Amino acid sequence: MADPPYAEISTQKSGPGIAGIFTGFFMVGVRGFGGVLPWARRTMVEERQWLTATEFAEILGLCQFLPGGNIINVSVAVGARFRGAPGAVAALLGLMLAPVAIVIGLGAMYDQFAEQPVVRRAFAGLAAAASAFVLTASLKIAAPLRGRWLAMAITVATFVAIAVLRLPLPLAMPVLAAVSILALWRFEK
Amino acid sequence: MNDPLVRLSLLFLQMSLLAFGGANTILPEMQRQVVEQNHMMDAHTFAALFALAQAAPGPNMMVVSLIGWHVAGLGGAILTIVCVVAPSSVLTFLVAGVWYRFRDAPWRKAVQKGLLPVTAGLLLSSAALLIKATTLDLSLGLLTAGVTVLLLTTKVHPMLVLGGAAVLGAVGVVG
Repeated sequence: MADPPYAEISTQKSGPGIAGIFTGFFMVGVRGFGGVLPWARRTMVEERQWLTATEFAEILGLCQFLPGGNIINVSVAVGARFRGAPGAVAALLGLMLAPVAIVIGLGAMYDQFAEQPVVRRAFAGLAAAASAFVLTASLKIAAPLRGRWLAMAITVATFVAIAVLRLPLPLAMPVLAAVSILALWRFEK
Repeated sequence: MNDPLVRLSLLFLQMSLLAFGGANTILPEMQRQVVEQNHMMDAHTFAALFALAQAAPGPNMMVVSLIGWHVAGLGGAILTIVCVVAPSSVLTFLVAGVWYRFRDAPWRKAVQKGLLPVTAGLLLSSAALLIKATTLDLSLGLLTAGVTVLLLTTKVHPMLVLGGAAVLGAVGVVG
């Protein structure tokens, strides 16, 4: 491996302090309309230069591998890399504080005005468009599976289990994941 | 156990470590629990809250906070997001330090490859359940289809699309 191990990278840089980590992720949180990851990359790689593009991609790879929101995991990993556990907490709080406050404000407004006909109709349009965002994201994720019959069968089985049969995720997910990992490892090279 | 706040917290603590691929993969389970099992809200309200979270800045996971708010107010909003974020964050913290040791390991690649079809199936399930809840009439169905085509074929800004759809709804073109 050409890349030095993680522990060495983190000691090479002085990197941001706790306050810097907090404000950096705070800006990512408030600017992240319609997708936070591009802003995270821009803030950390281009503006503040905490990480090189490769290092960012590396951290993102880890965070996409683990469960949880990708950007939430990125904040934890980046905060931890520079300032350990306090850094991770500062990054997480910085990222979440403004969005939680905004969402609570929006929730309060929604509860107040949801019964108004104009608001109801606006939300019908908004919700129809939001559904399209999820459909688009799922089609993009599923695209590389085209022509791979085993992988496509697993996707269909997951859809049937969750959307049609409505099986509980904590039961269905471990079984589907285990079958999928073993089947693709064994039969698809 | 009957306190909605306790029930929500337990639900999201469980969901946290199952959310491979982020918030949208656990949406079907959230809907199953919140709408179908515990009747905390109807499917339309669930879809509306999801849309609201989508239109707000910040991580996709904010939909969890909004559900918490709707069911149990301020305490609900804060507790639910803490419950869904804490377990996965602790895991990330623990794994981040040793990631370089196994990032190129064959089993790591096999796991990631195997999770992808499941994630795709979960996201398609989310989309199907949301579309079912938001397609109140033909015009809204056409709006969903049109936006999907737009997003797949152009690089239009998401906020522009959401704003446009809300205006179309408000003035009565759709819905």
